[in-house]
Amino acid sequence: MAKIVSVKEAAAKITSGSSVMIGGFMTCGTPVGLVRELVKTGVGDLTVIANDTGVQGDGIGMLITADAVTHLIASHIGTNPETGKKKIEGTISVELVPQGTLVERIRCGGAGLGGFLTPTGVGTVVAEGKQHITLDGQTYLLEEPLKADFALIKAWKADRKGNLIYQKSARNFNPIMAMAAETVIVEVEEIVEVGEIDPDHVMTPHFFVDFIVKGGEIDG
Amino acid sequence: MADRDRRNLIAYRIAQELKDGDVVNLGIGLPTLVCAFIPPGIDITLQSENGFIGLGPPPAKGEEDPEIVNAGGQPVTILPGGAFFDSAESFAIIRGGHVDVTVLGALEVDAYGNLASWMVPGKMVPGMGGAMDLVVGAKKVIVATLHTTRTGESKLRRECQLPLTAANQVDLVVTDMGVFQVNNGSMILLEKNPEFSVEQIRAATEAPLEISTQLKDMEIPA
Repeated sequence: MAKIVSVKEAAAKITSGSSVMIGGFMTCGTPVGLVRELVKTGVGDLTVIANDTGVQGDGIGMLITADAVTHLIASHIGTNPETGKKKIEGTISVELVPQGTLVERIRCGGAGLGGFLTPTGVGTVVAEGKQHITLDGQTYLLEEPLKADFALIKAWKADRKGNLIYQKSARNFNPIMAMAAETVIVEVEEIVEVGEIDPDHVMTPHFFVDFIVKGGEIDG
Repeated sequence: MADRDRRNLIAYRIAQELKDGDVVNLGIGLPTLVCAFIPPGIDITLQSENGFIGLGPPPAKGEEDPEIVNAGGQPVTILPGGAFFDSAESFAIIRGGHVDVTVLGALEVDAYGNLASWMVPGKMVPGMGGAMDLVVGAKKVIVATLHTTRTGESKLRRECQLPLTAANQVDLVVTDMGVFQVNNGSMILLEKNPEFSVEQIRAATEAPLEISTQLKDMEIPA
């Protein structure tokens, strides 16, 4: 059963050198309280896997500003110029991955698959160094799964066991990342008793979740 | 023609390509303008690749919901009948051929249907986001772009020089000079902005140009 912990306790679990998936799309659906607390711990040398790096100073951008990230796997960094600047300076290495390929690599990581074949990226720089496989006349790239030590995700509501419901477009990468990391920490707006969430409405079943943090009240 | 009118001309023309029932993904910027010109009686469903269908107009000031944003991270609304989903499902929709039309901008587009829209080496490397999946997965790919760069160079190239978003995927290119069908090594001018002569368009187009025998004038939006 997932354990309810303080944001401080949760952030302290992440050690320097870890790989960390972080949910969200341009800060929408990013566990901002967890990220803020993670910056405070002074952790460094992180590999971050996320759709983007938010904007300068907000969302995952806080980790970029703090120089906590040495390697980034993302689909887009254009909304946070600081990431691009640090990439040019050489303090952060960035692997850009098409968004659909990124989320599917994470899904494969969680689903026990050894990879998948996608037409996305054929004939582009994304294809460089990758195995090409042609089936029925269509050429695909072999893309490999992604896993991480930690996933930091954001949900709307959890019950005390860790069953999760996401809200609106804040769902994005969160339920996929919940399947692909060794330790999954969720930041939620509300924690309810077991049984209060209709099993038909559960989007991430509880066993994927290791720790629950209530956002907002215990921020900062 | 003022810059605004040129953009509206492109968006208006692309809107005429959409059919009732189409699922459509519009890129950020010029492509977004297409929404304003959807003909009456045509019901289309807009997809937002961050995870929903039923994308609606921007909310009134003060009514923004931070949990409803478009693929540019800007506040938007969701229309009745819309649906949210996660990013894996969103890109299954895109790659799986369930999006009928995608409209994207371009840095360069060429006579082989290659599109370059995501980076300028050494200058601008924002990342491809969802564009590579969209261009490969959508049934029809329409490029919406001004015909030339600010310095007057043709964006309709013989062959793209910049890193590609996808190879051989573009079907139709709509610019402020005309409507062009990609034809494996050439572009066929189907319609032209009546302000320009065919010779002016040819002079502004690096891609080998063919002229449709049914060439007609683009309709100018009111």
